Amino acid sequence: MNQNIIQINQPILSIQNLSVAYDKDKLAVKDVTAGIKKNAITAIMGPSGCGKTTLLRAINRMHELYPNITTTGQIKLYDENIYDMSTIKLRRKVGMVFQRPNPFPTLSIYDNVIAGYKLNGIRLKRSERDEVVETSLRNVALWEEVKNSLHKKGNFLSGGQQQRLCIARALAFKPEVILLDEPTSALDPIATAKIEDLLIDLKESYTIVLVTHNMSQAARISDNAMYMYLGELIEYDETTRIFTNPQNVSTQNYITGRFG
Amino acid sequence: MKNTDLIENERNVFVNDHQKVRNFKNKLLLVVVVLFSALTAFPIILIVGNLLVKGYHQINLAFFTQVPPDTFTAMMAKSSGQIIPGGIVNGITGTILMVGFASLIAIPFGIMIGIYLYEKKDARYANFVRNITDVLQGVPSIVIGLITYLWVVISITKGYSALAGSISLSIMMLPLIIRSTEETMKMIPPTLKEAAVALGTPYHKVIFKVLIPSSLGGLMTGILISISRILGETAPLLLTALGNPAVNWKLSQPTSSVPLLIWQFYNDPNMVSLIFSSSLFLMGFVLTLNLISKRIAAKRSIQ
Amino acid sequence: MNSEKITKYILFSASLLILIIAGGMVYSLIRGAMPAFDFFGWKFIFSTHWDPTQGHEQYGALPFIAGTLFTSFLALLIALPMAFSTSLFVAEYFRKKRIAVVLSTFVDLLAGVPSIVYGLWGFYTLRPFIVELGLSPQGFGIFTSGLILAIMIIPYATSLSTEIITMVPNELKEAAYSLGATRMEVIFNVIVPNARSGIIASYILAFGRALGETMAVTMLIGNSNNIPNGLFGTGNTMASVIANQFAEASGLQLSSLIAIGLLLFAITALINAFGKYIIKKLAAR
Repeated sequence: MNQNIIQINQPILSIQNLSVAYDKDKLAVKDVTAGIKKNAITAIMGPSGCGKTTLLRAINRMHELYPNITTTGQIKLYDENIYDMSTIKLRRKVGMVFQRPNPFPTLSIYDNVIAGYKLNGIRLKRSERDEVVETSLRNVALWEEVKNSLHKKGNFLSGGQQQRLCIARALAFKPEVILLDEPTSALDPIATAKIEDLLIDLKESYTIVLVTHNMSQAARISDNAMYMYLGELIEYDETTRIFTNPQNVSTQNYITGRFG
Repeated sequence: MKNTDLIENERNVFVNDHQKVRNFKNKLLLVVVVLFSALTAFPIILIVGNLLVKGYHQINLAFFTQVPPDTFTAMMAKSSGQIIPGGIVNGITGTILMVGFASLIAIPFGIMIGIYLYEKKDARYANFVRNITDVLQGVPSIVIGLITYLWVVISITKGYSALAGSISLSIMMLPLIIRSTEETMKMIPPTLKEAAVALGTPYHKVIFKVLIPSSLGGLMTGILISISRILGETAPLLLTALGNPAVNWKLSQPTSSVPLLIWQFYNDPNMVSLIFSSSLFLMGFVLTLNLISKRIAAKRSIQ
Repeated sequence: MNSEKITKYILFSASLLILIIAGGMVYSLIRGAMPAFDFFGWKFIFSTHWDPTQGHEQYGALPFIAGTLFTSFLALLIALPMAFSTSLFVAEYFRKKRIAVVLSTFVDLLAGVPSIVYGLWGFYTLRPFIVELGLSPQGFGIFTSGLILAIMIIPYATSLSTEIITMVPNELKEAAYSLGATRMEVIFNVIVPNARSGIIASYILAFGRALGETMAVTMLIGNSNNIPNGLFGTGNTMASVIANQFAEASGLQLSSLIAIGLLLFAITALINAFGKYIIKKLAAR
């Protein structure tokens, strides 16, 4: 298959010949090589089962939580191979937001935001903590909505608010990269629009990698987009080009809605 | 929006090096968990192994066909290094008699009450009955023995009897069967019952043609588990059935059972080797029943 | 009356049986215990003196209440790390692996071993071992009984807490992992807080089991009528004193034993109701 993959200058992440296999012979990601642009939104698209989530999870090694996994190739964060780093350090630099909002139900909103610090045993002074909580919540435009109920549990929040809380939790750690796995698939259109606006704001300070099922979302907010099919990276280009002038037939079919 | 440079600065602050300690603790916990888990599995191996080694040579034909010898005969056999003659047939028949009669009472009543609770899911009275059933399930077996002593031994049979033993065992079985019946019935798809009701089937036929047949596996599991629980019960029988050196099939008479015989042998230093054979037999039976019921339960959950 | 009504009527009548048994139990225990309470009053519960000698009969239940609580708490204390580790082994570390199935089968088998067999094993294997270690001259007593009780209640403490730990949503664990937590940190910061009430309930129910265990304790506790003096002291539990003295008891002694049965019934019913209450609140959540 003819692939069309752009080169990224000075990428923050460079994925090199990455393959991920479940149970030895079932390849979920096949020999993917691509760079991720700093301070930009990169979308990963493709039909379900194409390996996009596995690729995303390979970036912070969350895929290692699956049993019997083998990974070959490497991913570099700047110049460091993430498979040589400790997961503790890596995940501090690469944060993650999941498909369904998953705030910790036993913790207050405040404690959810600084959960990363607590989990990692980092003690902050009270004033530092307050500051981290406030900035993180402001960054996700949730501060005004919850500032009077910081010490309540977050279960009264709407789905969209909960997802923003989860983004704030990831931001609180000041990561370099934020990975989002279909973050709006469980949300209504209004909440989705808010999150999308938020992501566009956030790319000023963070690098964002986004897996999405929703093509119009990729078209709306991403700078670059990847199209994966059966574990292979078929096409990787600037978003405007991939949507207006896809080089590969498979991409074309997917984008025009002929399958997927 | 936040100033980008500030974020860059803050990012570099994080190099705290608890990492090694944390990874060490993480591995330590795994080691501790595996160690303690292995320790948990250890006793059952020791117990079964111990009974096998000490008990097997006493198990022969006589073990199943004869009553235990008197203590003098046992002493003679012991001192001349032979195996003790005789067996535990009075215990085996007593257990069959009492467990059988207990099942005869507890199974039909348990299933009826279970169906009642299933039908009345949230009614106040049903909830009350359910809670009382839970309380009954937690009552120590010795207390059930006391009660049956007061109810049956003193008032009905005017003396220790197999009937009293059976009733104490059936009181122990009842809550187990009620709850397992209700839980099993809950898993029947409601459409199945509705279909039968829609056809105008009378209610008792719905019970016998739909509810019971489609939950047979679960009912069997519940019954087998409850039987395996009471097979080894000793304490309530001490207060109700007492024991009997001969085979007895009369409900009104004192009767032995396998665990009662074990208790008797335990109190007689000459009978020591019979203890282990009887325990091996009892354990083998109970554990086999347990495994069979697990098998049935597993099969059912696959369907 | 049509057949539908008759069937429902029969089912309802059957349900009365449970109430009759429970009600009758309370009534008969109270009636049987009355002579003892009439004679000794509150002193029955708080007196430490238990003496069946004819002529100066005196019955106080405190030694047995103390013995029961002492052995049961000890059992819980010993069972706790084992049960907790086993639930983590089965529900977290080796979830769905063959080895976890093997372990949980072993633990289930533990629940199937009759009390009297535990007693025998304790008497013939554990007790000599304790004597050999020089912990106590005869090997009977609180410690030996507590140890055996611990093994007996492990399955009860394990099965429910395993189930609850399995139910902690994977999403929450992943959230914690994505923030850099190690597995240990996920266990103590996510799994334990989310499964807390279920884990506690299963330990309460296991404790309730320990309170009423009879045969094994009867064979190992040493059968003395005093408050146990320390970890290796002998004593009796409420259940074991009934088993030990019932055969020779009559009159005031029998009534006193029934009174002890009543107290045991009340304590276990309370503990069980409390455990079940926590579980029900959990199910409603």
